[in-house]
Amino acid sequence: MVNGFDENATEAALRIKDSTGAHVTVLSVGHGFTDDGGGVPVMKKPLSMGADELVLVEDPALVNLDSFATAYVLAQAIARIGEVDLILCGRQASDWDNAQVPLILAEMLNAACVTVAQSVTVTDGVATVERVLPTGYEEMEADLPAVVTVSNELGEPRYPTLRGIMAAGKKKPVYLAPADLGLDAEQLKPRLKLQDLFVPESDRRCDFIEGESEADSGRLLALKLREDGLI
Amino acid sequence: MASDSGLDSGTGELIALARTLGETVDVAVIGERESAAQAISLGADRVYLLGGEALVNGGSDAALQAFESVVNETRPGAVLLAKTDAGADLGPRLAARLGTALAQDCTSVGLDSDGNLTATRPVYGGNAVARVSFGTGQTGLAIVRGKVYEAPEADPSRTGEIIETSPEIDPARARVRSIRKVEQAATGIRLEDAAVVVSGGRGLGGPEPFEQLTELAGLLGGAVGASRAACDAGWIDHASQVGLTGKTITPELYITVGISGASQHMAGCSGSKNIVAINSDDSANIFKDSRYGVVGDWKAVLPAFLATVRELRND
Repeated sequence: MVNGFDENATEAALRIKDSTGAHVTVLSVGHGFTDDGGGVPVMKKPLSMGADELVLVEDPALVNLDSFATAYVLAQAIARIGEVDLILCGRQASDWDNAQVPLILAEMLNAACVTVAQSVTVTDGVATVERVLPTGYEEMEADLPAVVTVSNELGEPRYPTLRGIMAAGKKKPVYLAPADLGLDAEQLKPRLKLQDLFVPESDRRCDFIEGESEADSGRLLALKLREDGLI
Repeated sequence: MASDSGLDSGTGELIALARTLGETVDVAVIGERESAAQAISLGADRVYLLGGEALVNGGSDAALQAFESVVNETRPGAVLLAKTDAGADLGPRLAARLGTALAQDCTSVGLDSDGNLTATRPVYGGNAVARVSFGTGQTGLAIVRGKVYEAPEADPSRTGEIIETSPEIDPARARVRSIRKVEQAATGIRLEDAAVVVSGGRGLGGPEPFEQLTELAGLLGGAVGASRAACDAGWIDHASQVGLTGKTITPELYITVGISGASQHMAGCSGSKNIVAINSDDSANIFKDSRYGVVGDWKAVLPAFLATVRELRND
């Protein structure tokens, strides 16, 4: 699945392509891309949106990687892809919400790093980034190469056009295996030990307020909150 | 222990936590001597007061180098950072440089029977909790959620050591520059500080109902929030977004209208004391965490609720 914020990152890359003609490569790490289950068509969405190339690092050993291992594989793949000016990532994943892969990746690549961008432009070897702040934004400049994480404030990702979908259908992803990248199995081990994973118990119980009509329910709700001293 | 630049309430909370983990508590501060003294009054034994022009003007890249040098010098058992924008950026990079691991967004940090650092943190948008442990002899980095630990009362008579130092900053590794900050005019009470928050979501169907929510918030002395869906739709500014990637709020009363309560939203409001939900879907997730709920069309419920609140306030 393409992570929600990764689509924002794709959109940011395509806007830079629109204005500078940059070459956009989409990179993903995982397993099951080649399954009949449809892994590839999903991953092809960025291609149908307008990206130039899709590189998939594929292996059964590359599932459930922690942030450090994921960053390590991405860094090795990026080194293999060659000279890269700008690496755009979604601001965080949808599951463990670690929001740390891009930052670790920047360290591994010895690249500049700016997080939570609402706008990214590139001129003369410098990325100009608007970083979202709680009460506005901060305009930042980062030397290239840089890693920038993109937030939903950037705006809606574009829809694939029919022509884009047709073109993407013809493109073949470039598959890379761990051996191609000379991956060190030691670096893929998790750095933290998961001791326990559980569903927290909620002690809250909802009292539903039901009046004679919906409007009456609204009135009774206000009276109830006053009775409890909440308003 | 490295902390954010400047002392906010989070620093006291981290010191309280650090006290439970080890014999001595060090605090690293970029800032004024006053902040260092304040850290000692809150329970720090040693404060590294970091300064120097290269650091003060070098942004987050320079701060990272400074904290790295302090950790290398002090070799602590654990490094605690507050869950702020700066902490979230520094933590993973610091962990990468130190070759250690990081636990993000922790709601508790402790030691197991072998003395190894452990941490619990919500995952899958707060639907589950993971408990993780660091390896023996590993310097554990933890980014700790705010308002989980209680900051100690400041004791001005406490004494401690202040070590003033200007760490060496490699300018070649300071590659990000701040050009300018653009502040949007803040209106009313900050969401994070509000005792009452009134939020609207996708179910409102447009920007107009936010006028009623604004009036309601005004009557209750609170602030207006929104779900990500409402912000992405352009009905209200993104600065009002409550949730995992928006603001984390902890009001006494949280009133939601037309918000289903997706886990990403709940991650930002689960610290609310009392949640009240108005939603047309009786199976909406929001009701699971609510104290009071009304199942119904907000178009009928909200005006009557608002009118009654108005009357009560005028009494």
